[in-house]
Order: sequence, then C-alpha cells, then structure tokens
Amino acid sequence: MLQFVNTLLTGLGQGAVYAAFALALVLIWRATRVVNFAQGAMAAFTTYLALLVVESTGSWWVGLLVALACGLVLGAGVERVVVRRVGPHNELGAVIVTLGLFVALQALASILFGAQFRSFPAPAGLEGFSVGGVTVALTPSMLITIGAVAVVLLGLVALFRFTDVGLRMRASAFDGEVARLLGVPVGRMLTLGWALAALVGSLAGVLIASGSLVWPAYMDTVIVNGFVAAVLGGLDSPGGAVVGGLAMGVILALVTGYVGADLVPLAALAVLVAVLLVRPQGLFARTAARRV
Amino acid sequence: MSAPATTAALRVTGLTAGYGPVTALDGVDVAAEPGHITAVLGANGAGKTTLLRTVSGLVPARSGSVHAGDVDLTGAAPEKIARAGIAHVPEGRGVITELTVEENLRLGALLGKARGRADTAIDDVYTMFPPLAERRRRDAHTLSGGERQMLVIGRALACGPDVLLLDEPSLGLAPRVVSQIFELLRERVEGSRLAVLLVEQNARSALSVADVGVVLNLGRVVASAPAAELAADDALRHAYLGF
Repeated sequence: MLQFVNTLLTGLGQGAVYAAFALALVLIWRATRVVNFAQGAMAAFTTYLALLVVESTGSWWVGLLVALACGLVLGAGVERVVVRRVGPHNELGAVIVTLGLFVALQALASILFGAQFRSFPAPAGLEGFSVGGVTVALTPSMLITIGAVAVVLLGLVALFRFTDVGLRMRASAFDGEVARLLGVPVGRMLTLGWALAALVGSLAGVLIASGSLVWPAYMDTVIVNGFVAAVLGGLDSPGGAVVGGLAMGVILALVTGYVGADLVPLAALAVLVAVLLVRPQGLFARTAARRV
Repeated sequence: MSAPATTAALRVTGLTAGYGPVTALDGVDVAAEPGHITAVLGANGAGKTTLLRTVSGLVPARSGSVHAGDVDLTGAAPEKIARAGIAHVPEGRGVITELTVEENLRLGALLGKARGRADTAIDDVYTMFPPLAERRRRDAHTLSGGERQMLVIGRALACGPDVLLLDEPSLGLAPRVVSQIFELLRERVEGSRLAVLLVEQNARSALSVADVGVVLNLGRVVASAPAAELAADDALRHAYLGF
C-alpha cells in the first residue's frame, strides 16, 4: 500500500512537469497549428541561464524568475525572427524550422555551457515528509513543483477567460481573418502566444532540472513524454494537456515501480499508439469538426 | 487624386484587384453615404465579394483608392482599416463558433473603446436582437443560421463603425428571416450617420431595402442608380439581376 501511494505521489510530481510542458505545446498548436519541436531545447537554454543565476546569487527563486523572463523573450524572438518568416499556411515548413531550431539551440547550449553534467539545486528539501512515523515520497520540492504548475495554469485560465487580451488571443487562434476584421492585431497576439508558451516551457525546464542534473539534451525525454501527454489530452485542449500530463506521470511511475524502469519509453509509445488508435482527437477535444 | 467634392463615408475610386492572372475588379467606383444603404448587385463572379475584401484590406488593391471620409486607407492592413471605422461582415457569417455569443460581441465592442463603453455597445446589440440576449452565455456554434447572422451584424455594429460592409447576409436564410433582418437594418441606418454597403445575390430583396443600387458585371460597374429606378428597369433586371 505504501509503495502504491509513493508511486502515485512520485508520478503526480513528475506529471506536473509533463503537464506544464504539454501546455506549452498546446498553446502554440492552438494559435499556429505548429508543433514546436524546439520547445525542449528552448527550455534547456533558459534553464542553463537560470543555473548561472542560481550559482552566482545562491537563490533558486531568482533563477526561476530569470528563466521565465528569458523564456518570454526567447519565445517572442523565435516567433518574430524565425517562425514568421516561414509565412502563413505553411505548417510543414514551420515544423521543419522548429526541428532545425531544436538542433541549433542544443548545439549552441553545448558550446556555451559545456556538454558535461551539471547539478541544478533544488528549491527546497528532497527528504520526504513523514506521516505518522512513515516517510512518504512527497517532498517540499515536489510541493513547490506542483504549486508552481498550478499557479501558472490558473494564471493562464484567468488570462484567457477573463481578460480582453485573452479574448483577442483566442479569437486570433480560432479565426485570424475574422479577428483582423475586428481590429485585433493578430500578429502581435501570435508573438504573445509564443512568448507565453515559452514561459511555461521554461518553467517545466527549471522544475525538471531542480534537484537533478542538466546537460544539453536533458529535456529530450520530457519532450517525448510531454508530447504524448498533449496528444492524450487533445492538442486543442489546455485542460486536457494538464490532465494528460498528470496521467502520463502516474502511468510512467507505475511502470517504473511495478514493471521496470527500462520499459518507460516503450510505455510512452504504447500510450501514444493507443490514443491514436482509439481516440485520435484526444480525451478532451471539443467539437471534432472545425476546418470548414 | 483630387479630393472628392462631397465627403462620402466610403469612397472607392478606380479600384482594380484580382487573384493571380485573374482580374476580379476592373476600375470600380462606388460610394456609400451616411444614413443610406447602397446595394452592390450582380451575378456570381461579378466581383462583389472581392470589392468588399479589397476595401477591408484582405485583398491588395492593384490600383485605385479607398477613402473613409478624408482618410486614405488604400493598402492599409485589415486591422487598421477596421479601427478606422469600416466593419466588414464576411460571406459565410464569420461567427467564431468556439467563443460564446457575448465573447463574439465583446470582441467587436472592444474596438477602440474603454470597458464601460464596450458593455453599453453590447447591450445595444441585445436591444436590437433580443434572441441574442437569451443566448449570451452559449457557445456560438449552438445558434441557428438567422441568429448567427444577427450575431455577426450585431458584432460589426458594436465596433461603432461609420461604414458597414455586408456580404450576402441573406445566404441560406429563410425569406422571412431575411426580411426581418433587413427591416432591423433599415431602422438602424435611417437618420443615423452609418453608411451600409450591402452585397447581395438576392437582388429583389436587396433593392427593396436599399436607397441606391450598383450593378457589377465581370468586375466593372454597368449601372448605378437609385434602387427604385434599377428595380423598374426591365432590361437591366433580366440581363444582370435574374428577376
């Protein structure tokens, strides 16, 4: 029983990070119909910047803030300087450009920060809380991880639901032409969407690194699992991304705990194939019929 | 171009536009006056939709000019033209189905206004189209065809425009719904400073609501006269208007 509870807790902690990463993918997919394969490399890059700050200031929180700010700037820059040049209605071109960015950014990170493993401090303790004399797999750091993802998620929901900018961003994503006819600066909304997505991706990057090691390719497994999480929840559904992320965390933790850690990549692939076979639009997709 | 003698709300002069090798508009002159409805008529492919899309900046003009009052809008981006007071209701409705009725309206009402005035603009739309008020929290994809047309016209009016461009509002609607919407439009325009450019294939009902009619054929203006005069011209009606 204790092992089961611990497995679940570990899975939820990991799943929160997948959820954030999946959310970043969904934000860009909704706005531009592009799967941003460079998301992981962008996050790794901002995490290295955060590590520099953490090492020089000694504060994990300052490092996180720097990563988020750099994420905003990097996301906006990538959209303005790179993705926009591909032009509209060229989704395949944009996807290939993000793949190229992924390779380029990862190589640049190796050049600038070195290819060796470096340890990234944790925000708080990594010792499990003890409940009635039993130590469970819930640590103060995990609480911060889950809390940070929850805050960002609620912030995004509030932005999209209750603010005028959020309404304009949704309108731009759903129907750019109509939005422009209503005076919405669609180009600026897309830039903002990429910036916000990269911010969420940067959050995932720092959270996954904390209390662990970073190297230029450390985000690669997160990219795969975050992508499967996004497909599981439905690429169009931010809520689905979060549920999909948590589900992926729990599924993979169960596989690790009860079957074997070697099978985790296979399990992720199995989930992906199962979703695509049974419900390709994802668990939380709303109306299946757009594209008229 | 010298400035026109009278300042129309919208003045299109010598407008030419097209797609690739195709010329869809060939030197079109049209004006829309405040408080008037101008119907743009013609067969399929006459260039009616292209005219509206060029005015609102969605299709680039090859030559000619578009003025709103004294402001030259030729070649401006669609969002800038919208903010200059030209509201375009595109063909096929243009409802954003994933948003609620109220969110669709708010999107229009936000154009260049503060929050409080946006709420007033939305309430005005509900007064004009009461069925929308009952469905304000619903997703727009649940609306009927007539309600969708009310929503897009209401949304365009909420922008507080000087010029309203309407593309085939009768498309796919029952005749009773069409005349209801046209009647409300007539009421809204009468005595106001709003100018309407109404593109219609349904020439008979368009001429019944319009003050002036312009007939396009293969991208050129072939007739321009008061609506009653056009409706009485049998030869013209048979040749271009199909009734």
